[in-house]
Amino acid sequence: MKLGDRRKRRRFLARAFGALAAASLAGCQKLSTSSWFPKVLDSAEPLNEAMAKLVGRRAMAQEFTPADLSPSFRSNGTAMPDTDAYRALLAAGFDQWRLVVDGLVAKPLSYSLDELRALPSRTQITRHDCVEGWSAIGKWRGARLSAILAQAAPKPNARYVVVHCADPMEEDGTGLYYESIDLDDANHEQTILAYDLNDAPLPVANGAPARLRVERQLGYKHAKYVMRLELVESFAALRGGRGGYWEDQGYQWYAGI
Amino acid sequence: MAADETRTEVPGGYLYRRHSLAVRITHWINVAAMTILLMSGLAIFNAHPALYWGKSSYTGRPPVLSIGLAEGPDDSVIGVTTIAGRTIETTGVLGVSNDRKGEPSARAFPWWITIPDDLWLSMSRSWHFFFAWVFVLNGLIYLVHGLASRHFARDIAPTGGDLRGIGASIRDHLLLRHPRGEASKRYNVLQKFAYLAIVFVVLPLVVLTGLGMSPWMNAVWPGWVDLFGGRQSARTIHFVCAWLLVLFAFVHVFQLVVAGAWNHVRSMVTGRYRVDTGSAGGTS
Ligand code: HEM
Repeated sequence: MKLGDRRKRRRFLARAFGALAAASLAGCQKLSTSSWFPKVLDSAEPLNEAMAKLVGRRAMAQEFTPADLSPSFRSNGTAMPDTDAYRALLAAGFDQWRLVVDGLVAKPLSYSLDELRALPSRTQITRHDCVEGWSAIGKWRGARLSAILAQAAPKPNARYVVVHCADPMEEDGTGLYYESIDLDDANHEQTILAYDLNDAPLPVANGAPARLRVERQLGYKHAKYVMRLELVESFAALRGGRGGYWEDQGYQWYAGI
Repeated sequence: MAADETRTEVPGGYLYRRHSLAVRITHWINVAAMTILLMSGLAIFNAHPALYWGKSSYTGRPPVLSIGLAEGPDDSVIGVTTIAGRTIETTGVLGVSNDRKGEPSARAFPWWITIPDDLWLSMSRSWHFFFAWVFVLNGLIYLVHGLASRHFARDIAPTGGDLRGIGASIRDHLLLRHPRGEASKRYNVLQKFAYLAIVFVVLPLVVLTGLGMSPWMNAVWPGWVDLFGGRQSARTIHFVCAWLLVLFAFVHVFQLVVAGAWNHVRSMVTGRYRVDTGSAGGTS
C-alpha cells in the first residue's frame, strides 16, 4: 500500500470517528425522546428487581442510633396539600381523618388516627434516600402495614397495595399523589404507616397524619398524606398505568436502586 | 499480548497479533459503556449537585462540594462551586452554562457532558442503570477471560525485572521515550500499574460505591456501606472515582499518542501490532 493511501485512510477514519462522536452526542437526546429506545433502556429494570429479590427478599434496612439523626428532617415535594378537604382535616386535628382499606380484601376496613395508633407498631431510625441523591436520617414510629393487612385479609389474587394520598400534584388540585408496593414489601417488618417523626406527631410538611415508610426503596415510594390503601391485582388500569405518580412521569416502579 | 505469534513481515519490521479478540471487544464495549455512564451519571448528579461525607446529607456538617447559583455584579446570576468551604466562580461551565441554543441556564454540569441534554432525572437513571449492566457483564467477561487465558498473569502482572526498572521507566515517560523493537511488545511497568489500578481498584470501587447508594442493596448486609463512611460518602467516592477514570482515560490516550496512536489503536481493533526491526523485511 502506498503511503498516500494510508494517510488518506487514517484521515478518513479520524473524521469518521469525530462524526460518530458528534452524532452520538446529539443522538442520546434524540434516542431519549424516541418511542422505542427508553423501552430498551427500561428492559434493565426487571433485572434490577430480580437481583434485589434474589439477594435480599427479606433483608432488613440498616437502622441507626439517635446520634445519627439529621438535625431536621427535610421535607420534599408537597409541604402542605393545597385542598379544602385537607385543610378541613388539619383544622380538626385529623379527628375526621379515616384510613380506608379496600379493594381485593375480605374485610374492608377503616381506621381513625387513634385506632391506627393502637395497632401493633414499630419504631425505627432509618435513612431516607431521595432519588435526587440526598438522604436524611429520622426516627419513625408507625403501625405495621402487615398488621393492617392481617385484619383486612387480602384475597388470593391481591398482588399490590396502592396507596392513595391527599396531596394534589397539579396546581388546579388534581393529580392526587399515589404509589404502589408489592405484598413482599407491604408485609416487610419495617414497612409502617408512620404517625410520629422524631418522637413527635408527624408534621404536615412530612406527611401528617400518616405516611408510608418502605425502607428499602427511594423516597418517592414513601407516600405522604395517606388516605386509602387499595389492594389490587394489577395497577395497569389505574391513572397512568405505571403504579405511581412519579412512575407515570417515567420514574422506575422498582425504586430499590 | 496474545499467545498467537503469527507474524506478517512488512518493510522495516513485522506485524504480530497483540490483543486477543476478547480483550479487543470488551475494551471497546467498556469505552462506550463508561462514556455513557459518566455522562448519565453527571446528569443524575445535576438533580442534587452537592456531595457529603457521612451516613446522610444532613449531619449538621456542610457539603464537601456543591455547585449552585449566586448573585453576581449588577443583579446578574453567576455559577459557583464550593469545595471544602471555598467558593469559586465557575460560570460558563459549572452552575450556569449556555444551553444548546446559547441561552444561559442554571444547571450544575453543562448539557454537552450529560445524557440526555435536558435535566431529566428519570431518563438519566434509565440510561445509567442499563449501561451499568452492560459495563458489569462486559467487565466480568474481561475478568474471567483475563484469568482463564493467563493474560493478567502473563501480560499485566509486573515482573521482578519490571519492578527493578521502575526508575528507568519513570525517566522514559518523563522524556516521552517509548520502547522500540522487541521491547515494545510488552506493557511497560507504569502501564501495568495503571491497568492494575484501574481494573482491580478503581473499577471495582466504582461498582461497589454505586451499589452502596441503592437502599435495597444496602439492606443485604445492613451497615456494609459504612465501610465507605456511609451512604453519602459512598456517593462522594463514586463521583471521585468517575473523575479518576476520566483522568486515566486522558493519560491513557496521551500515552498512546506519544507511543504511536495508530499502531496501538490498530492493535486494539484488528489485533495487529507493528514491531519495527529497523531492517527492511527483517526477521530479527
Ligand atoms: C477513546 C478512548 C480509549 C482509547 C483510544 C483506548 C485505546 C487503548 C489501546 C490502543 C490499548 C492497547 C494498548 C497497547 O497495546 O499497548 C488499550 C488498552 C487498555 N485500555 Fe484503553 N482506550 C481508551 C479508553 C479506555 C478507558 C476509558 C479504559 C478504562 C477505564 C481503558 C482501559 C484499558 C485497559 C485496562 C487496557 C489494557 C487491556 C488489556 O491488556 O487487558 N481504556 N486502550
